[in-house]
Amino acid sequence: MGRTLAEKVWDDHVVRRAEGEPDLLFIDLHLLHEVTSPQAFDGLRKAGRTVRRTDLTLATEDHNTPTLDIDKPIADPVSRAQLETLRKNCAEFGVRLHPLGDVEQGVVHVVGPQLGLTQPGTTVVCGDSHTSTHGAFGALAFGIGTSQVEHVLATQTLPLAPFKTMAITVEGELPESVTAKDLILAIIAKIGTGGGQGYVIEYRGPAIEKLSMEARMTVCNMSIEAGARAGMIAPDETTFAYLEGRPHAPQGADWDAAVAYWRTLRGDDDAVFDREVVIDASALAPFVTWGTNPGQGAPLSESVPDPASFEDASESYAAEKALEYMGLTAGQPLRDIKVDTVFVGSCTNGRIEDLRSAASVLSGRAVADGVRMLVVPGSVRVALQAVEEGLDKVFTAAGAEWRHAGCSMCLGMNPDQLAPGERSASTSNRNFEGRQGKGGRTHLVSPQVAAATAVLGHLASPADLSDAAVSTPVGA
Amino acid sequence: MEAFTTHTGRAVPLRRSNVDTDQIIPAHWLKKVTRDGFEDGLFEAWRKDPEFVLNKAEHKGGTVLVAGPDFGTGSSREHAVWALQNYGFKAVISARFADIFRGNSLKNGLLTVVLPQETVDRLWKLVEADPAAEVTVDLVERQVRAEGITADFELDENARWRLLEGLDDISLTLREEESIASYEARRPSYKPSTVAA
Ligand code: SF4
Repeated sequence: MGRTLAEKVWDDHVVRRAEGEPDLLFIDLHLLHEVTSPQAFDGLRKAGRTVRRTDLTLATEDHNTPTLDIDKPIADPVSRAQLETLRKNCAEFGVRLHPLGDVEQGVVHVVGPQLGLTQPGTTVVCGDSHTSTHGAFGALAFGIGTSQVEHVLATQTLPLAPFKTMAITVEGELPESVTAKDLILAIIAKIGTGGGQGYVIEYRGPAIEKLSMEARMTVCNMSIEAGARAGMIAPDETTFAYLEGRPHAPQGADWDAAVAYWRTLRGDDDAVFDREVVIDASALAPFVTWGTNPGQGAPLSESVPDPASFEDASESYAAEKALEYMGLTAGQPLRDIKVDTVFVGSCTNGRIEDLRSAASVLSGRAVADGVRMLVVPGSVRVALQAVEEGLDKVFTAAGAEWRHAGCSMCLGMNPDQLAPGERSASTSNRNFEGRQGKGGRTHLVSPQVAAATAVLGHLASPADLSDAAVSTPVGA
Repeated sequence: MEAFTTHTGRAVPLRRSNVDTDQIIPAHWLKKVTRDGFEDGLFEAWRKDPEFVLNKAEHKGGTVLVAGPDFGTGSSREHAVWALQNYGFKAVISARFADIFRGNSLKNGLLTVVLPQETVDRLWKLVEADPAAEVTVDLVERQVRAEGITADFELDENARWRLLEGLDDISLTLREEESIASYEARRPSYKPSTVAA
């Protein structure tokens, strides 16, 4: 019987297989950040163990890092202690680290791909659920807990029970104003936040093949919000072109051997998935969330749903709770929802294409009075590229704040937070209660919708900008 | 890791679905660098509400959490498991758990038990009517028992064995040194390395 892409990558990493036991899989790339690693290093130290493969391990600082005054000591002593712990651990165990202030620093899931470390057919893990991002390259990439971080540090392997496989085939073509973010929000709304549970999702079909690498990363990034362990896209010419010449991409004869292997990484025609879902891309529109989980979303043109309209009792209860928390009433048009804050950034939408797309909407326009807009590049490299293209000027001219790279308001572990009751349109991936600050209310949106919302002060898409004289795209 | 064989205690009914790990332990608690001291952060936002189930006197000291479906979704933070354990929970029962949370809990000796929603409903009713009712989670027999309720649950044999024996995964894997070294020896040279740039 044929195998799916995920099964092929899995099989290529089995170190040991025994009846009735989980497979022991080899891990090609282990990424670390300051939040989920201290207890793992501590465990190693207590057991007198070392890091088996420092050459397959890389650490960055991202969750706690400030986005202002980065040359000053970090004000919050607890954040500072966590960063200092990572620095101390990396020095002690010989792990390469990109600390705050370094040119390769940034959100871990932005840094891996841009260095060319994330490659097709590899296994990638990190103590972070959005590790699924790396699946855009045809890697089997998934988030792990701190005990597993310790396990990988000590052994470079993980014992794992096989995942189920799901194919999501996206037929047709995305309409022009519809982005990868809208696509993945629509997919999650369709299959639910538990719909991908236990599965590795393989995204395929003509609409997926047309996506850029960055857009593919946006899709795979949010696989976890559908409950899936991982999301994957078969590598193709777009993937190879993105990787070629990156600092850690194979070179010379290695490049040719690698590409030859990568070309074999497609699901077989007779491969059988445990579940299949088909989506029609051409029917999609800009999508926003109204609730407190990423599955509670709807097209921007619709209204806040009536909790009673959900057939499932627990969904209906969840919707009722969500509306209460979000301060919304059923039937209210989504476009009427006013926001105080707009956040562009995160490992979902903090890459250069995302910034270009937000900037092209903002160019020649201004952020509405009373709205604060934060633009936080996903990495220092993204920031440098944006400055080179003049995007930072577009943002600041429009009245937005141009910040330093990091996770920032995606989870508000640093000072970038919503105040209680404040409402944001955010290009991040989670609209959970309190995610962006205690009592904060989050609407997940694409970079374009974020920018249009900033201009109008309420949820909006670029098509709503009445001065529709489409501005000159920047950096295109 | 502490071994888990069987546990009997009072249950806490958490009538909520889709409880994500941000809810279980909010992000600002993640700045700690130890594995203990998370008990006060458990469900921190909800605990401000005096009506929240953990604040009710009759449910104090409960050790078995009975939650709605899709418990532990969202962020992979293992702190969620530590917070539940630091608070005193030994087992969590739900109709469906998020994968990463489930993996994390089993690695720390917190037993996650999957039971049909209908059984969860009956457990809720039982402990709401009688908060002193005891619930037994028996890993040896793979069974949950309470007054008028006997429900078998499944757990794969390997995970069960590790829990029963309290075995630490790393030492088990380190016994496979030969297989790991031989896999490493046959890895292709084009695989990425974080050092040679
Ligand atoms: S940007 Fe947000 S989702 Fe991504 S790693 Fe940082 S905190 Fe997690």
